[in-house]
Amino acid sequence: MAFTLLKELKHLTEIKEVKTFKHGIHPNDYKHYTKDLPIERMPFVDEYVLPLSQHAGAPSKPIVKPGDYVYRGQLIAEPAAFVSAALHAPVTGWVKAIEPREHPGGKISEAIVIERDPHSPQTLLNEHPIDWENLRPKEILEIIRLGGFVGLGGAAFPTHVKYAVPEGKHAKYFFVNAAECEPFLTTDYRIMLERYDSIFLGIRIILKLLGSEKAFIGTETNKWDAIELLRSLKPDDIPVEIIPLETKYPQGAEKMLIEAVVHREVPSGRLPIDVEVVVNNVGTVAAIGDIFQYNQPLIERVVTVTGPGIRRPANLLVPIGTPLTAIIEYCGGMTDNVRQVLFGGPMMGIPQRTLDVPILKGTSGVLFLTDYEVVPRQEYPCVHCMKCVDACPMYLNPSLLGMLARVRRYEDMLEHHVMDCIECGSCSYVCPSNIPLVQRFRVAKTLLREQMARERAKEKKA
Amino acid sequence: MSALTAILFLAGLSLFLAITLALANRKLKVQEDPRIEIVEEMLPGANCGACGEPGCRAFAESLIQGNHLPGDCPVGGPENAQKVAEFLGIDAGSSVRKVARLLCAGGKELAEQIAEYEGYPSCRAAAAAGGGAKGCVYGCLGLADCVEACTFDAMQMAPNGLPLIDVDECTGCGDCVRACPKGIIELYPINQHLIVQCKSLLAGDEALATCDVACTGCGICAADAPEGLITMKNNLPVINQNLLQLETKIATLRCPTGAITWVEEQQFPEIFIQLKKEKVVQ
Repeated sequence: MAFTLLKELKHLTEIKEVKTFKHGIHPNDYKHYTKDLPIERMPFVDEYVLPLSQHAGAPSKPIVKPGDYVYRGQLIAEPAAFVSAALHAPVTGWVKAIEPREHPGGKISEAIVIERDPHSPQTLLNEHPIDWENLRPKEILEIIRLGGFVGLGGAAFPTHVKYAVPEGKHAKYFFVNAAECEPFLTTDYRIMLERYDSIFLGIRIILKLLGSEKAFIGTETNKWDAIELLRSLKPDDIPVEIIPLETKYPQGAEKMLIEAVVHREVPSGRLPIDVEVVVNNVGTVAAIGDIFQYNQPLIERVVTVTGPGIRRPANLLVPIGTPLTAIIEYCGGMTDNVRQVLFGGPMMGIPQRTLDVPILKGTSGVLFLTDYEVVPRQEYPCVHCMKCVDACPMYLNPSLLGMLARVRRYEDMLEHHVMDCIECGSCSYVCPSNIPLVQRFRVAKTLLREQMARERAKEKKA
Repeated sequence: MSALTAILFLAGLSLFLAITLALANRKLKVQEDPRIEIVEEMLPGANCGACGEPGCRAFAESLIQGNHLPGDCPVGGPENAQKVAEFLGIDAGSSVRKVARLLCAGGKELAEQIAEYEGYPSCRAAAAAGGGAKGCVYGCLGLADCVEACTFDAMQMAPNGLPLIDVDECTGCGDCVRACPKGIIELYPINQHLIVQCKSLLAGDEALATCDVACTGCGICAADAPEGLITMKNNLPVINQNLLQLETKIATLRCPTGAITWVEEQQFPEIFIQLKKEKVVQ
């Protein structure tokens, strides 16, 4: 009796074991705004704007012209290069124009504008399950490539590029990244609670495609009910394990996730595949499950609309290209003291200068902050407290880099590995002197990249 | 006795070392072209890198090797280039002086601000964080990255939020060109008088909605100018720098917004004179 009890206890501690990486920070998670709200489908609006460059890599090449009638799910732009993504019509309607429009990245870029057909039932074009079990990996990869999939966590890296494992390399482990370490966002959490079928189907297909030994779903302990739900529903025939991770920022950065779970360090300037790992966001995996269930390409995504500056926070399922103004209207409008609107979370999100922007494939959330949260701060000199050194998950020395950046010694920063910075912002967060460290590193990195490109061009000429 | 040993020992040691050094000097002597030193003296010594070499000495070396012409140094100017060329007995090369020109005239009063940028005060940072606060995404962000990059004290921020370039001080080294994230500073020959002070690719009312002095892409200047001088490309006039002798003020007269201007020497002369005066008072 006592013996079995002990065994049970051991089992319990094993389940409760929490993994993590070294360093990092513990911001408040503020997920209570939308944590308990089920994903709701937003009603269709009249116009959708689809920028041709919603992903990392070359912009897509449009294959429709203004005036064309397109169906929901129809291919409207092809991938222009290997690192590029396809684009599909999110609604049935007419192509109104292909013209320059505001892009959430702070530029004006070519976009396909689609006007919804008000009389269409908005059913999916050619809806049917795909018999993936009889497909070869190459055919599965082609379906994913033409499905327009990109990482839905925020960076929007084309998914098929990750799956096209180079010759001589092997993806031993497949990671489903559901850490969602950014405060405020609850997109991945709601997907885990509501769309677990798609997640497990997605994992099944990707395991077949990659030939991996094992799949891990890594998620933070502040989503404990999701961990328990997935553990209870886990199918027995696929090797998948749900790993609880400490609630710590930036746990969702892929390098930190890999370090926490399999204790492998991705070498400087290399990719996860170099340590036999492929990482995908849980939303991407669920969307891949959907294309094989309903033949639905990536035409809609879950967006957390949250923050103290919006009257009715929500987890919305919206077609890609939905204008932000329509979402604000649907969520009851903004409060009067709203000061900043971010695409993404508060740590790495991109502030918007206008509300006239569409939701992109990589938009995980829209955050509305008020006067109360956004307080301009005065910068003081570095006091060498080394809080940033203890926070940096990449083991850099932000204090030193910050001082070099202040005097624009960018070449010296290169020697101190500034290019390994993942721009998570932990250093700026902990700095008691309010030094804009990560902002300076971003500037330094862009300038260094430009300089390297110039040197490469010069070498090519010579 | 012991003092004598020490003296003898040290004398022997110094003799041995002297012989070694004398031999090493003869064996390992590096023959350096004496002209390098002299040419380096003649160069401005700013080590700015505008010629493409890491510094003035490297430029002097490459001049002697024949990889560069003296005119490739924009800082020294034509007289200096001529002097170096005469000394080395080579061709001076093209020496039309180039200066930095700001291709945006949308100061605070003229261009609409649609947001407030409160982040790290650097144009690069603002460009990465949602593109800055100005309604026009092509325009100057006014956070002075170029002024900081200028090593010749030729730039300063004007009260209207735009950098002002003093062409008398500008050496055309191109540091500001590389610092600008929007690419609105370009090097133009000093004798080019027609300058399009706008980079907006938008046309018509869309461009005007963001800035009062935007180029609307109407093409009137191209029609008025002598044939071939101005061509329209991406809603912007492009001036053919090989036909600069054809330049006339006629091209600017019918411009509805004043985006194309005739620049005698300094851009924005009124602001320039005003700032000069303030400097003198100070």
